[in-house]
Amino acid sequence: MRLITHNMLKCHVKNCSDPDKQFPLRFKGTAGAEEVKLEQIEAERNDEFLVRMLPRLEWGALAITAGELNIPLPDKVPSDPAADDGFLQALHTAILEMHVLEGTMFCNGCGHEYKITKGIPNMLLGEHEI
Amino acid sequence: MGLPTPDTAHLARPEYASVYEPAEDTYLLLDALENDRAELQALRPAVCVEIGSGSGCVSAFLGQVLAPHRALIVSTDINAAASAATRETAARAAPAAVLEQCRTRFAQALDGRLRGGVDVLLFNPPYVVTPADEIDSTPEASAWAGGRDGREVLDALLPQVAGLLAPAGRFYLVAIEENKPDEIVRIMAAHGLAGRRVLSRRAGREHLSILRFARSPAAC
Repeated sequence: MRLITHNMLKCHVKNCSDPDKQFPLRFKGTAGAEEVKLEQIEAERNDEFLVRMLPRLEWGALAITAGELNIPLPDKVPSDPAADDGFLQALHTAILEMHVLEGTMFCNGCGHEYKITKGIPNMLLGEHEI
Repeated sequence: MGLPTPDTAHLARPEYASVYEPAEDTYLLLDALENDRAELQALRPAVCVEIGSGSGCVSAFLGQVLAPHRALIVSTDINAAASAATRETAARAAPAAVLEQCRTRFAQALDGRLRGGVDVLLFNPPYVVTPADEIDSTPEASAWAGGRDGREVLDALLPQVAGLLAPAGRFYLVAIEENKPDEIVRIMAAHGLAGRRVLSRRAGREHLSILRFARSPAAC
């Protein structure tokens, strides 16, 4: 799971306590991130895609998550992102090259945990949680 | 038909025994996507979702259809083996696309964030007419057992589709005659999506169709 996907996932437990806290899902073992197994896999950069994707990302959430995982990312989107090579490279690395292989995400509202195993987040809920 | 079918040879391995192998229904959906290649590329999708990706063959193929343009394609499935198979198919395809996997029912984990944000949505549902209690009775059955009219799983998704689709988004659906495709089109019309049959083929006892939906009748 890459951060581009993490940015699309929300806690969806029925009656989850606070809608404002369902997103972004937080990672257990922040900062040192020893509970999170990350791998960087080089990928070809596609600036047109990065710029097209920008409006679809929740930047605040992405910045929080990148910070938790110690992945460098600017706090803010520059005024002309398409012309900012340093920004595009940081964005490319953060959302497309860093893979979370193992880890546990939790909802900041209800505390529900979602595990990532072999790169795949398990977002399934039990019958009573839907 | 110029695009290669994604390599799913790894499905022969025992850990993927519960994963639905690409079959005529899969190939009909691939053909529909390839037929629409120019339009899909012109749409320049950023976010695509395949529900119930199984082998991952369709998700990987969509990446090829959109190439050289890149898109995020999130493949969901409830079966762990299917998500793993999809991941391996994606790795073998090594496409321009960003192929990601998520275990969730339909698009539930994505629904909150991707409301009105899915450019292309794909679903080859469990469409076989079965007793209701066969639905999700085993991981294998989840891939095909559809209950009454083969529609019980699909009918739970249909009301969600319009909310997921981006303004110019498209939804591709596999159906058989027993699913009553005309009725599916009427249900979707009540939810604001125009739809029609874009491809049909007979495969053994199954009369397969691909239905395509969009907000604008001109685009469906």
